[in-house]
Amino acid sequence: MNGLLVVWDSRDVFLWGAANTLSLVLGCLLLSIPIGILGAVVLTEAPDPLRRLFAEAVDLLRCVPFLLLAYVVYYGLPELGLRLDPWWAGLMSLTVYTTAYLAEIFRAAFRAVAPDNIEAAHAFGLSRSLIYRRIILPQVAITAAPVIGNQVITTIRDSALLMIITVQELTFAANFVSANHFTPFAPFAAAVGLYLLMSCVVEAGVRRMERVRKGRYG
Amino acid sequence: MTWPAIRTILDGAVVTAALAAVSILLSLPLGLLLALLREGRIPGVPALLAAFVSLVRATPFVTLVLFVYFVLPAAGLELEPVPAAIVALTLNTAAFSSEIWRSALVTFPRDQREAAAAFGMSERATFIRIVFPQIWRANLGPLVSEVTILLKCTPAVAVIGVVEITRAAGRIGAETYEPLPPFLVATLIYTALIATLVRGQRVVERRIARRFGLARP
Repeated sequence: MNGLLVVWDSRDVFLWGAANTLSLVLGCLLLSIPIGILGAVVLTEAPDPLRRLFAEAVDLLRCVPFLLLAYVVYYGLPELGLRLDPWWAGLMSLTVYTTAYLAEIFRAAFRAVAPDNIEAAHAFGLSRSLIYRRIILPQVAITAAPVIGNQVITTIRDSALLMIITVQELTFAANFVSANHFTPFAPFAAAVGLYLLMSCVVEAGVRRMERVRKGRYG
Repeated sequence: MTWPAIRTILDGAVVTAALAAVSILLSLPLGLLLALLREGRIPGVPALLAAFVSLVRATPFVTLVLFVYFVLPAAGLELEPVPAAIVALTLNTAAFSSEIWRSALVTFPRDQREAAAAFGMSERATFIRIVFPQIWRANLGPLVSEVTILLKCTPAVAVIGVVEITRAAGRIGAETYEPLPPFLVATLIYTALIATLVRGQRVVERRIARRFGLARP
């Protein structure tokens, strides 16, 4: 009971933490989805040496633990003369990391688009950029929704690691409250509940896309 | 960076490798057990396990680590950092791998089970002799990627004070006031470990495909 009271009393800390987690994840998605699509276009369209280089870079980035990337960005940028506060360093590392995964997801989704669609578009004389905009991307948005949803949940999970570079997100808030009031259970349970809520929202979005897909393609 | 500093990080690498190895040995069988219980017929258990899996799936790993380390003592279970790290890693990977095992169990060809039943094999013998040898080979790819994800999770246990690669690098950074070089070395070690595992997975997959004809797309 006491723990619940502590959580309620420090609700502004939790809301601030949740707001930071949400703003990081949304900011990251707004940046990494377009960049990921562009990256996937490079991975499918570019001439061989460039494409191979890009593929190697994406694979290498997917072998790095996120926390280490965050540390390297957080401590490395000042060496390059760029001083960022933790939130921006966090957003930057989260975006770089998520973009690598999304580029790979979009590349696989591009390949799964039926080739006759693309041939038909060519036959109608559509330009390359028009084919991507009108034929490939709308289909990919629907078919790749579950995988993208999974990646969004992974991004929410990864964002918690940013507490270690002192970004005041949700886990940071829970840890702060638990350390200040010596009641570990309720603050962490509250944080887990909020994370669960976020992933439920993402899953509801994915289910909605699934319905669209069923309506269109049976 | 000096040689002793690099030695410290390499000592951390041994801890990381040991943590990962123990957690893998515990979590993959536990994941299989969870999957079997979820497909089983004990009332209430499947729903409970489904709730557990979605809870772990939604919880960030650091949060899980802090939860295990700070909350379990309040429930009377005092844990040192290293066991707490192993518990958190095991719970996390068991939940994720149980989904892999479960989808393998659900999609296992029905006619093979029926044939085994027709030969009078017990359910237990069917599982040990027929089902298990096939599903672990067919799912080696997803299971190994679960292992790489586990390895990528291990830096998070530095928050509760386990001196593995990341914590060792942090210490050196704090001593020398130059945090970047040790973290770059640490990143290099992780990348090498994970890339080796990914390459190894491809080799083993190819070998299994050649020996048992389990060609996967």
